[in-house]
Amino acid sequence: MAEADLQIRGTASAAPAAQGDVLLVADKLTRRFGGLAANQDVCLSLERGMLHALLGPNGAGKSTCINMLSGDLPPSEGRILLRGQDVTRLSAAQRSKIGIGRSYQRTNIFPGFTVLENCRLAAQSRNPRPWKIFTDALGLTDTLERARAAIVEAGLAGREQRIAGTMSHGEQRQLEIAMVLATDAEVLLLDEPLAGMGSEESAQMVELLKRLKQNRAILLVEHDMDAVFAVADTITVMVNGVVLESGPPEQIRNSADVQTAYLGDGHV
Amino acid sequence: MNPRIALVLKLAALVGLIVFPSFGSSFYTEMVAKMLILGIFAMSLDLLVGFTGLVSLGHAAYFGIAAYTVALLTPKYDPANFWIALPAAVLAAAAAAFVIGLFVLRTKGIYFIMVTLAFAQMVYFIFHDTALGGGSDGIYVNFKPDATIAGWQPFNLDEPLQLYYFVVAALVAVFVFLTLVLRSPFGKVLVGIRSNEHRMQSLGYATFRYKLAAFTLAGGLAGVAGFLYAVLFGFVTPEYLSWHQSGNVLMMVILGGMGNLAGAVIGAFAFIGLQEMFADWTKHWQLLMGGVIVAAVLFMPGGLSALPGRVLKKLNQESKHG
Repeated sequence: MAEADLQIRGTASAAPAAQGDVLLVADKLTRRFGGLAANQDVCLSLERGMLHALLGPNGAGKSTCINMLSGDLPPSEGRILLRGQDVTRLSAAQRSKIGIGRSYQRTNIFPGFTVLENCRLAAQSRNPRPWKIFTDALGLTDTLERARAAIVEAGLAGREQRIAGTMSHGEQRQLEIAMVLATDAEVLLLDEPLAGMGSEESAQMVELLKRLKQNRAILLVEHDMDAVFAVADTITVMVNGVVLESGPPEQIRNSADVQTAYLGDGHV
Repeated sequence: MNPRIALVLKLAALVGLIVFPSFGSSFYTEMVAKMLILGIFAMSLDLLVGFTGLVSLGHAAYFGIAAYTVALLTPKYDPANFWIALPAAVLAAAAAAFVIGLFVLRTKGIYFIMVTLAFAQMVYFIFHDTALGGGSDGIYVNFKPDATIAGWQPFNLDEPLQLYYFVVAALVAVFVFLTLVLRSPFGKVLVGIRSNEHRMQSLGYATFRYKLAAFTLAGGLAGVAGFLYAVLFGFVTPEYLSWHQSGNVLMMVILGGMGNLAGAVIGAFAFIGLQEMFADWTKHWQLLMGGVIVAAVLFMPGGLSALPGRVLKKLNQESKHG
C-alpha cells in the first residue's frame, strides 16, 4: 500500500472506501456517580475506515465514556449498539469476544511475560476450544501466527522475546495496541495511546493509527492536538460530561464554542 | 535453571524415592510417604497460590473432606472398595471446592484470604461438632480400601511397601497432570490471571470461570492427598481440616517457592523434616518453624527450588568478574 495514499486519506476528511459501515453507536449514554453526571446523553458513532477522536479537558468524561463502551463501567442510562445489536448489558470479556478491543491510558500489559506471550494470550482468547487441558498452548499454530502478525502490524517486529516490562514506554504502548490487534478487534477504543511519548515515537504511532483505521473503526481519546488533527476524520469535543460539538476537523478547528471552552490560545 | 538439568534432578529424585525403602527403616518410609502426600497437597495449593494468584487460607477443608469421605465409606468390620472410595473422596472434595468457589471467588485480595478461611472453619465445625464426624476424637479407618476386582488384586494397600509405592505413583501422576495442565491454553490463562486479571477480562476471558475451574481442580487434587493421608494413618480427625493445616500447607508452598510444582514437594519435605527435627529438641517447635519461614521469605526469594539457580548465577557472575 502506498504511503502517499495513506497520507491523503489520513489528513483529509474525504470519504474513505467503506463509508456508511457503522460499527459502534453510543446512544444517549449517561453515567452518574452519586449526584454527579460524569456523562450526560453522550452520542457517538464509529464507522469502519474512520477515526473518531474524542477531545476534552481533564474531567470532561472521556475516560468514563470509553469505559462504558468497553464494558468496564455499566452506563446508568442509554444504549450501546454494535452492528445494530444492543450490547449494553454485555461484560467487558463478552464485548471483546464480539470485536470491541481497547487499550488503556495507563499501560496495562503482562509485564513479566515476553512480547510474544502477551500477544499470544490475546490471540488465544479467540481459540474456539480454550478448555482442552492436555493440548500444548504453544502448539496452537493459528494463535501463534495471529500473535506474530499483530506484533508486526504494531511495529514491534524483532522484539518478540523481549520481556514486556523491560521495554521503553513507547514500545509498551505499541504492545498494548498489538494485544488489541491480536484479538482481531474491529472496533478499537484507544485511550491516550500517545501519552508520555517522545516526538519520534508519537510520529510512528500516528502512522500506525492511519494504517489501522483502514479496515477498522477507531475511537481515539488523545490530548496531542497535532496528532488528533493529523488522523481524525471526525472529532467530538466533550466538556463537563456533555458533547459540546461534533463534526469534521475543520469545523472543530473553526468553532468559536470549542475555542472558548477548550482549545484556548495555545493550540490554534 | 536449564530445563534439562531440572529434568535430570527430578528423575534422580524419583529414583531416590523408589530405592529409599531398601535403606530406610519402616518408620522413615512412612515419614517419607507422609511427606509425599503433603507434597501432593502443596502442589494442589500451588496451582491456586503460585500460578493463579489466589491465596487460599482454607485449603485444608478439601483435604479433610476427602479424608472423612474415606472414613465414612469404610464399614466397621470390612474394607471399603478402593474403586469407589478414591473417586468418591476426590469428587466430594472437588464438589465442595466448586460450591465454596462460587462464593469466595467473587472477592479479591485480603477478602479472599478471609472468606476462604471462614468457609474452611465452617467445614471444620461441621465435622467437629456434629455426630457425622465423630467429634474431636475423629474416626478410625480400621481397614484400608481394597482394590480387588473380580478376584484379582492389582495392589494391596495393607502392605506398607505397596502403599508407599502407590503414594509415589500418585505424586508422579499429579505432578505430570499439573505440568500438562499448566502448559495448556487453560494453564496459560491462569498465569495471565495472576499477572493481570483486569487485562485478561478486556482481552475476552471470562476470568471467573477459569478461576472456578482452577479452584475446583485444586480442591479435587487436595482430595487425592486427603484420601491417601487417611489411608496411610488409618484415622481422621478434625485437625485435618483445621486452619493450622491450611497454614502449614501454605508455608510448604512458600518455603519451596511459589509457582513451581517441584518446589511445592520440596517445601513439603523441608517443612516436615524441620518439624520432626525441631519437635525432637523442644515442644515449642512452632516458634523455631516461624523463624525459619520468616528467614526464608526474607533471604530466599523464590524459595528452596530457586536456590540452585541462584547459586549457579552467582558462581557464573563471579567467574566472569574474576
